[in-house]
Amino acid sequence: MSIQTTPVQTATDRRRVQFEGSLGDRIMRALCIGGSLIVGLALIDVVYQIVSGARPAISKLGLGFLVHTAWAPNLKHFGALPMLYGTGVVSAMALIIAVPVSLAIAIYLSMFAPKVVRAVVGPLVELLAAIPSVIVGFFGIIVLAPLIQKIEPGLHSALGFTGIFGSGQTTGLSIFTAGLLVTVMVIPIIASLSRDLFLSVPRELKDGAEALGATQWEVIRGVVFPTTFSGVSAAVMLGLGRALGEAIAVASVIGGGETISKSLFQPGNTLAARITIEIQYIENNLQRSALFYLAVILLAMSLTVNLLARAVARRYDVHRAVV
Amino acid sequence: MSDLSAFNPPPFDPTAPLTPSGNLRRRQFVSRMVVGGATTAAAAAVAVLGVVTYTVIHHGAGALSVGFLIHDPPQYGGPGGGIASAIVGSAIIVGLGAIIAVPLGVLCALYLVEFAGPRSRPGQVLQLAIDMMQGLPTIVVGLFILGLVVLPEHADSGFAASLTLALIMLPLIARTTQEVLRTVPQGLRDASDALGVDRWRAVLTVILPSAASGILTGTILAIARAAGETAPVLVVDGTFANKTTIDMFGHAVPNLPVLVWELIEQPTSSGLQRAWGAALVLLTLILIANIGARVLLARNRKRMGM
Amino acid sequence: MTPEFLDPATEPLKLAGTDPDLPPRVRLSPIQEQPTVAPMARQAGLDHSATRQVVFDIRDMSVFYGEKKALDHVTMPIYRNVVTAVIGPSGCGKSTFIRSLNRMNDSIVGFRVGGQVLYHGHDVYARATNRVEVRRRIGMVFQKPNPFPKSIYDNIAWAPRNLGMKGNMDERVERALRNAAIWDEVKDRLKTSALALSGGQQQRLCIARSIAVEPDVLLLDEPASALDPIATASIEELLHRLKSRYTIVIVTHNMQQAARVADRTAFFSLDPIDRVGTLVEYASTDTIFSHPADTRTRDYVTGRFG
Repeated sequence: MSIQTTPVQTATDRRRVQFEGSLGDRIMRALCIGGSLIVGLALIDVVYQIVSGARPAISKLGLGFLVHTAWAPNLKHFGALPMLYGTGVVSAMALIIAVPVSLAIAIYLSMFAPKVVRAVVGPLVELLAAIPSVIVGFFGIIVLAPLIQKIEPGLHSALGFTGIFGSGQTTGLSIFTAGLLVTVMVIPIIASLSRDLFLSVPRELKDGAEALGATQWEVIRGVVFPTTFSGVSAAVMLGLGRALGEAIAVASVIGGGETISKSLFQPGNTLAARITIEIQYIENNLQRSALFYLAVILLAMSLTVNLLARAVARRYDVHRAVV
Repeated sequence: MSDLSAFNPPPFDPTAPLTPSGNLRRRQFVSRMVVGGATTAAAAAVAVLGVVTYTVIHHGAGALSVGFLIHDPPQYGGPGGGIASAIVGSAIIVGLGAIIAVPLGVLCALYLVEFAGPRSRPGQVLQLAIDMMQGLPTIVVGLFILGLVVLPEHADSGFAASLTLALIMLPLIARTTQEVLRTVPQGLRDASDALGVDRWRAVLTVILPSAASGILTGTILAIARAAGETAPVLVVDGTFANKTTIDMFGHAVPNLPVLVWELIEQPTSSGLQRAWGAALVLLTLILIANIGARVLLARNRKRMGM
Repeated sequence: MTPEFLDPATEPLKLAGTDPDLPPRVRLSPIQEQPTVAPMARQAGLDHSATRQVVFDIRDMSVFYGEKKALDHVTMPIYRNVVTAVIGPSGCGKSTFIRSLNRMNDSIVGFRVGGQVLYHGHDVYARATNRVEVRRRIGMVFQKPNPFPKSIYDNIAWAPRNLGMKGNMDERVERALRNAAIWDEVKDRLKTSALALSGGQQQRLCIARSIAVEPDVLLLDEPASALDPIATASIEELLHRLKSRYTIVIVTHNMQQAARVADRTAFFSLDPIDRVGTLVEYASTDTIFSHPADTRTRDYVTGRFG
């Protein structure tokens, strides 16, 4: 999948005033405009619906919602902080692991892999993105969580002083497990986009660096990375957007915790996961509205990240349809 | 102050053998470590794909049988039965979703490529809207339809799921269609203009057909993506019965991803077994669609000489 | 072929076939010799093959891209502190030839070298030869200026930093820029982006970048072909200055340029039947242009073809 960098010049570039076209032309134009309007309106309506669904909760709970931790629907207490914390930690962990790994994969595929390997492994990495979250979550519950449960005591005894390695026992359903799953889901996005970006670095620049007696790594560090920096940043942001919105895989393994704890190996929750699980068990309208409030926060975060990615990408078109 | 326009001799002996001089040994060691790390990372990614796929196949193969695929689950839960209802249901809701999303997506792409130039205001706004829509968390899309359709109707429905999936598919289809339309050579448009052919006729008979394969590819990939969506469909179409049904307006329709999810939640071993089976079916369909679409894409690109 | 040398430090090249309409070559003031560099041909003898050190001893070199042979059995010595030009019609393998001297063709699929390329007696393509070390000693400037997207200062300083070259970096940068005759133009904006420079300035920057690592040899692959005449003239002036320190090989499709800058010239041509590049004649520039031995050479330099 290549990155579009220069759009083909279309007719309208050359002839701006021309639509005194035939009836057929005008109908087609109207249809296209109509379709576009529907899409634009749908997006606006999404925001409207989410916000209006949240309004009762916003007016009742206010901004305190963002800092409270209790979540008791029957008592009409709602606090988003554990979810904010969980979303933040899971996303951060995913990015911290995924970015170096994805860049390494992208470097390998663009610079070192023999042609045959590139042709096979490249699509395989992209296919990783196609695995549905529910299956990733399933895999997480059955395979990963027990594995984490087994190795956590070891990690705790070795690194427990840092505090993030928990209490020496865990069910395996934890923020850490969710973070690992999200990492796996984010890597293909960043890796594929970065690979294309690295491939687009002009041959002359790399030649120029090699002709100065630089090693491969020096060429990467001195020429490839700086040239593609803004594009890769945008790709990372798109990965972040994915991480923020991941619901079902996270919900499978995060354990539905209600509190914030320093240990990564305790259960937790994220915005998306909480909404997904709890929306099926609504006891009262305020609860539903509170979930919509969570969605407002999630929506705001996603849109911000997306807009940032766009702003950063500038000349790279990273919003590919397909990873 | 030394004369800075005089030359320095080479800091090495040019007649020495062509083996690493100076700090080259160390630098190449570092470089080789990096290459090794990169190769390991790529291998790890492939390994993860392999492990997940293998796990699903290994656990799910036991559940697979012809009966599994063509029978419905037991009416009121319990062991036995198949997942036919979910397969049919997924096909229905994804199919309807595609029927909604494809025309809209293609129209948007047509607008962006054929009518709005790169600098036109409405074009930029639409492009922004499509990009934003692509970045919406799918659970948010689900909540949108929940508020728009499900709550007023007081009922989950397959139709609501279709609407949700349509919104998820739309930006993907619009994007791939856009990219494909852009690769249609300007010469084609110029030639038909020069022949005095109406623009709409050119679009319908020349431009769209030449882009058709790319649009198809994009649609297949979008469908594969939508078929695996669980969270939003759970929200608007979660309470389905275990019968094959095509009555999607006002009734919830079974579907594969949500079925997998619900079976996972069941602590029985037979439920889990069926979950693996369903997961295997889902994964197989999605991977086949993906691979098929990419093969199509590659062949298309070769044909266009890219 | 007996090598005949003109002493380029004192005599302007008077050549038959030089275009009288071109601006006259600028005479440089005599260059101060550096005591560490071998004295230039003070002996105004005719046969210098014994006194002039051989830097490249190319023996029977052939180049293959997979099955296709690109260069056939090239044999020629390249001498120290001499500007050697490689001329010939397009497609005759000049670029392939020069890039093969410092292993810049290695990444091309199917690239293979027959025969030997000996650099100071060491086989450039031997197994034990370290490719990065080769390039450290034999630098290259390319046809299209390729400054890094960094500041001017960082462009020059980048490679010396990698190599761990000792000494004051500011001095090193200034020395390189002075010797590339671009210091005065950029000294006040060393921290600004190199991409803001004009084409001619960028190319001189690339030359400065190459000499900043103090290589032994400088290869230039049509360095002025992308530049306007004024920028071209400034590059040509540079070469006269640089050859007191570096061995220079320059590929050019411009015969007059070869006549202006080179001491020795190699004429390559494309065999019309099997489309393989061959070395036709290699002699002092004066010989090639005023009394070439081969008819093909005569045809080329008098403009009878290509």
